[in-house]
Amino acid sequence: MQHSKKHILQPDKWVQLHADYLFNYTIMRVNNHDLAKDLVQETFFSGVKGQNNFRGQASERTWLVSILKRKIIDYYRKINSAKGKKEVRMSFYEEGRKKGSWLEESVPQSWDNEAEKKIENDELKKTLNDCISELPEKHKMVFLLKTVQEYETKEICNELGITSSNLWVIIHRARLQLRKCIEENWFKK
Amino acid sequence: MQKKIMITCDEATYISDKNQYGEASLSERIKLKIHLLLCKHCHVYSIQNNYITKLLGKHLDKANSTLPLNENDKKDLEKKLRDQIKDISLD
Repeated sequence: MQHSKKHILQPDKWVQLHADYLFNYTIMRVNNHDLAKDLVQETFFSGVKGQNNFRGQASERTWLVSILKRKIIDYYRKINSAKGKKEVRMSFYEEGRKKGSWLEESVPQSWDNEAEKKIENDELKKTLNDCISELPEKHKMVFLLKTVQEYETKEICNELGITSSNLWVIIHRARLQLRKCIEENWFKK
Repeated sequence: MQKKIMITCDEATYISDKNQYGEASLSERIKLKIHLLLCKHCHVYSIQNNYITKLLGKHLDKANSTLPLNENDKKDLEKKLRDQIKDISLD
């Protein structure tokens, strides 16, 4: 068996050695520059305070990432709490005989303008990005992790402490809203 | 949702969304197919959903989202961290 050397912490070099890595790691998950910066800063602060908990078995970076992961989960819990919730528009009847059927105002309209269906279009790209930025934080975060960063479902669930059916319900709501938004801002113009 | 063949529009579009990532199960896909034969609205949704997936693939590039922190941010962070280290060692 190989004898593994014990890792040490050098907080005065953290920014230089790990800030970019942690920042990218964070921005992929929260999609917001200032927030990502704050989370990295908090991670370093917690790291300095908790230096005595470091046992030298993992590398310095691995240890910092584990702290950062907790920060991201805390952030997710915060935006997932009732207080931080933006109103989600309903698309289906929620109860009664028609439960699960389309609400009249939500029925997908046909997008018959062929010219506007072209994919390569800067204005359309802008509409798409605007529609994504209007998603509620929680939906946006999970949707982007899955769609853009192409994370495994299991990975997102583990990182955020949610079940896979939680995840799919969030993706479902996000895509319903996204479709509607593109319809209203692109095809109905 | 496990046993019944007939599903609601809410369930059908849920499966359609999951299917965009190739993660709908066989039984889910069968239920969706049957529903789409009977429901015009969900049929339209499903076609538009495929289009949106293409749109996302085209315009949201994974590489776009990785940028290094800028130097000023780093200096700022370094200073704050030094102060923090000093505070701790004074305790």
